[in-house]
Amino acid sequence: MSMSESTAARRPGQLFRNLNAKIASIPMILTALVIFVGGTLWTVLYSFTNSKLLPRLNFVGLDQYERLWSAPRWLTSIENLITYGVLSLIFSLTIGFLLAALLDQKIRFENAFRTIFLYPFALSFIVTGLVWQWILNPDFGVQHIVRSLGWESFVFNPLYDQDIVIYGILIAGLWQGTGLVMCLMLAGLRGIDEDIWKAARVDGIPMWKTYLFIVIPMMRPVFITTLVIIASGIVRLYDLVVAQTSGGPGHASEVPAKYVYDYMFAAQNLGQGFAASTMMLVTVGIIIVPWAYLEFGRRR
Amino acid sequence: MRYRLYRAVLATSAALFAIAPASATDLEVTHWWTSGGEAAAVAEFAKAFDATGNKWVDGAIAGGGNTARPVMISRITGGDPMAATQFNHGRQAEELVEAGLMRDLTDLATKEKWAEIVRPKSLLDGCTLDGKIYCAPINIHSWQWLWLSNKAFADAGVPVPKNWDEFVAAAPALEKAGKIPLAIGGQPWQNSGAFNVLIPAIAGKDVFLKVYQDKDATVAAGPEMAKVFKAADDARKMAAKSNIQDWNQATNLVITGQAGGQIMGDWAQGEFQVAGQVAGKDYTCLPGLGVNELISTDGDAFYFPKLEDEEKSKAQEVLASTMLNPQVQVAFNLKKGSVPVRGDVDLAAANDCMKKGLDILAKGNVIPAVNQLNTEDTNNQLNDLFVEFFKTPSLTPEEAQKRYVAIIEAAD
Amino acid sequence: MSNPATLAATVVGADAVAGSLSGPHGPRPRVTFSRRNIIIYGTLTVVALYYLLPLYVMVVTSLKGMPEIRVGNVFAPPLEITFEPWVKAWATACTGLNCDGLSRGFWNSVRITVPSVILSIAIASVNGYALANWRFKGADIFFTILIVGAFIPYQVMIYPIVIVLREIGLYGSLGGLVIVHSIFGMPILTLLFRNYFASLPEELFKAARVDGAGFWGIYFRIMMPMSLPIFVVAMILQVTGIWNDFLFGVVYTKPDTYPMTVQLNNIVNSVQGVKEYNVNMAATLITGLVPLVVYFVSGKLFVRGIAAGAVKG
Repeated sequence: MSMSESTAARRPGQLFRNLNAKIASIPMILTALVIFVGGTLWTVLYSFTNSKLLPRLNFVGLDQYERLWSAPRWLTSIENLITYGVLSLIFSLTIGFLLAALLDQKIRFENAFRTIFLYPFALSFIVTGLVWQWILNPDFGVQHIVRSLGWESFVFNPLYDQDIVIYGILIAGLWQGTGLVMCLMLAGLRGIDEDIWKAARVDGIPMWKTYLFIVIPMMRPVFITTLVIIASGIVRLYDLVVAQTSGGPGHASEVPAKYVYDYMFAAQNLGQGFAASTMMLVTVGIIIVPWAYLEFGRRR
Repeated sequence: MRYRLYRAVLATSAALFAIAPASATDLEVTHWWTSGGEAAAVAEFAKAFDATGNKWVDGAIAGGGNTARPVMISRITGGDPMAATQFNHGRQAEELVEAGLMRDLTDLATKEKWAEIVRPKSLLDGCTLDGKIYCAPINIHSWQWLWLSNKAFADAGVPVPKNWDEFVAAAPALEKAGKIPLAIGGQPWQNSGAFNVLIPAIAGKDVFLKVYQDKDATVAAGPEMAKVFKAADDARKMAAKSNIQDWNQATNLVITGQAGGQIMGDWAQGEFQVAGQVAGKDYTCLPGLGVNELISTDGDAFYFPKLEDEEKSKAQEVLASTMLNPQVQVAFNLKKGSVPVRGDVDLAAANDCMKKGLDILAKGNVIPAVNQLNTEDTNNQLNDLFVEFFKTPSLTPEEAQKRYVAIIEAAD
Repeated sequence: MSNPATLAATVVGADAVAGSLSGPHGPRPRVTFSRRNIIIYGTLTVVALYYLLPLYVMVVTSLKGMPEIRVGNVFAPPLEITFEPWVKAWATACTGLNCDGLSRGFWNSVRITVPSVILSIAIASVNGYALANWRFKGADIFFTILIVGAFIPYQVMIYPIVIVLREIGLYGSLGGLVIVHSIFGMPILTLLFRNYFASLPEELFKAARVDGAGFWGIYFRIMMPMSLPIFVVAMILQVTGIWNDFLFGVVYTKPDTYPMTVQLNNIVNSVQGVKEYNVNMAATLITGLVPLVVYFVSGKLFVRGIAAGAVKG
C-alpha cells in the first residue's frame, strides 16, 4: 500500500509523472468537480434566490431559509429522518452483525440462509414499499389475520397511525437493507485470523467477550464501509416513503429528500427546494467531510 | 430536397384544411390521465388525431400531476421536448412560456376564431401572455361537487341529503350502518381541494375572491373563514376512517356504497360512468355542495413546446385544431366527465349532472379556479397545511386558521 | 465460503485473496443436536421466515383472482391458481393508451443497463486502481469529494445535470442516461475497487514495475485478472441499482425508451377503479426477476468480492 508513496517520493512534484494515472482519473475528477462540487455550489447559490419554475438569479437573502425553518412539514421531516436514521443504524448494524456471527458458526446450509437474508436487497425500494404496504394494510394484512384468529381488539396499524408510521417504514427498510450489512459483516468476520480465535480460546475468554472486545475492534474498516453505505442510504431515503405512505398520514412520515423534491418540482419553487437541499448538504458536510478526509485522505 | 419540399407542401395543406390526411408525423403527447375514465377520454383525442393521418404517440405518466410535471418540465428545459403536453389552466406553465420555450398559437387561434368559440372567455385568458396565445384549453372542470351514494343512504335508512348541512347531520346514521360518511384520499391535493370547495359554499363568492384573488389576510382571519374551518372540522371527523390514497379509490368507495359521499371535482363522474352508474338513480350530485350553486372553471390545456422539426411543428397545429374540433370536443368531454370549452356544441348526450353544470355555467355563476389565482407554491403550502389538518385531530381549527392566514399573507 | 479452494481454482490468481480469507470461525460443532445448535438454527430459521414472508405474499397474491383477494387475507394460499395477473402484467396492463404491459420496457431496460454497467465499472475500477497504486497529488481530495457525493440526494442533482447534459447535447439520449448512471455509481464502486486493489499483495505490483510494465499494462495484465470477485460485486450492485432505478429513467428518457421500472410505476399507479393487487404483485415480481436471478446465480462470488472490497481499509 505504501509503494505508490515511495514512487511519488522518488520523483516528486512532476506534472507528467503518473501521467497515465491522471488521464485515467479524468472522469473521476470531472465528476467530482463538475457534478458534485459544481452542482452543489450552483444549488447553494440559487438557494438565495426566489427562483420558481426556472432558475433565476434574483437574490432574496435568507428568505428561503427563514421560511424553511418555520415550515412544520420540514421540521417533521427532520425529526423523522433522525428517528429513522438512528434506529436504522442501530438495528441494521446489530441485526446484521448478529446474523453474520450466527452464520459464522460453521453451520450447515450457510449458503441458503445467506441467500435468503440477502435477496431483498435485489428488490427496489418501490417494490419493498409496495409489498410492505400490502402486508401492513389493516384490512388484509397482519392486523386482519390476528383478528380473524380470535383476538378481536388487536391493533397493529402502523401505516395509518401518525405516531408510529415511521416504524412501519423502518420495518420495510430493515428488511431490504440488513442482508447487505450481514454480508459485509460476514466478510469482515472471515477476514479475522484463525489464530486470534485460537488464542482467545486458549486464554479461556468467553465467546461474547471475544466478539465484543477483540473481533469488533479489528473489524473497523468493515464497519466504516458499512457505515458509508447505510448512512448514504438513510440521507437519501425517498422512494420507500413514496411507495409505502406517500408521506402520510398527514405528513407524519415526510422526509427531507421528499420535501426537496416536492418543492423543487411539484410546487415549482426551486429556491425553497434548493434551500432545503443546502441544509441537508450542510448537515452531511459537517458530519462527513472531516471524518472522510481523515479516514480516506491522511491515513496510509 | 424535392422530397422534403413535397412533404412540406403536404403538411402545409394539412394545416390549412385542419382535418385532412397528411404525411404521417409522429407526435409524442404527454399527460397524466391514467384512470379508467381519463384513459377512455384521451383515446378519443388519439383516435381523432390518427384520423388526420398523423400518429399520436402516447406518453402517459402515472401518479398524477405532481409526478408528471417535473418530468415534463425537465424535458422541456433540457432541450428534448415532447410535441404536446398537458398542464392545468393557470400558472403552472407561466415561466416556460416566458422563457420562450412554448410555441405561439396566435395565428391558428385567430384563423379558427378561438376568441369567439371558447367560453367562458377567462379560459383563453389563462392561455394568453402579452396578447399572444400559447395553449389550447380543452375542457372545463369544476371542483365544487358533492357526490353521494344513494345505496349508502338507503342502507343507513336516511334520505339522500340535499345539501352539506343535511349530509353532516346524516353522518352518525351512516357510521352506525358501518359506512364511512365522507371519503377523502390521503393525497394532499384532495384535502386542500375539499377545503377550497367549502369556502364558496359556506362563506360565499366574495370571501373566496377576497382571500384568493386579493390575498386579503384580514378576511382570511375573519369570522366567515372561521365558519369554513368549523365545517372542515366536521368534514375531517366524517373522513376519519377513510384509509385510501387515490382520489378514484375514494370515488370507488362511493360507487360501491361503502362511503356516503365525496367532495371531488366533476372528473369523478367519469368513474361513475365507467362503473355503469346512472346519475339520479345510483348516485346524486350536488354542485356547490347544494348550498351555493357556484362552480369554478378549472380545466386542462395543452401546450406545444417549440420544435426544430418543420413537419412536427405543422403537425402540432393539426393537433391543436383537432382538440378544439366540435365533434372531438363532445366525444372527449363526455368520456372525461367535463364540459366542452366550446359554447356551440350539442350536448344532448350529457347526463343529469353534466346538465346541472351546463346550466350553472350558462347562468354565469362561476368563480375562477384556485389554480388560476394561486401559484403552485402557495397551493403546495395549502396542501401541506390541510393534509396535516385532516389527519391530525389535535390540530385545532383555530390554530389551522392562523397558519392559513400566514400562507395567504405570504402569497403573491 | 465452505469451499474456497474450488473457487480459487476457477479464478486465476485469486488465491492471493483466498489466503487472507479463512473459513467460518466459531468453535467447531461438537454434538449435532446440542442446545447451542438448536438456538442457532432456531434463530436463523425464524429470521429466514421473516425475510421470506414478503416474497411469499407477493407470489401468492399474484396467483389469486381479485374476488379472492377481496375476501381473503394476504397470507392465505390461493384456492384457485390463476396466471392471468402475470399475463396481464406482462402483456396487457394499461398506462394511458398503451396496453402492452411490461413487455415493452424489458428490452429498454436491457439496453440501458448493459452499457451503463460496463461504463460505470470501467471508470470506477480504473479510479480505484489509480487511487490504490498510482496515487498522485490531490487524488485524495477528489476521492473525499466522491465519498461525500454519495450522500447527496439524487433529487438535488437533477437540475444541474439537466443543464450539463443539455450543454453537451446529450439530454434525452441513451448516452446521457448511461453517463448519469456512471456518475452516481462512482462513489461506492470506487471505494470498493480502491479497497480491493489496496488489499492485493504489493510485491506483484512492484515486480511488474521492475519488468517495465506501465499503468495500463499492469491494470490489464495483472490487476484485472486477479480481481474477478470484486468485478462481480460491482456488476451485481450496478445491475440491481440501474435495473431498479426509477428516478433517472423517468426524467432522462421518453415513453419509447422507458425502462421497466417506469412502466411498473405506471401500472401500479394507474388505478382503474380498484387497485388490482394481483397484477401489481405480478408486475413487481417480473420487474424484480432479473436482479433476483443475478443474485441467486452469483451469490457466492458476491460475498467473496464484498469480503475483499470491504475488509481492507
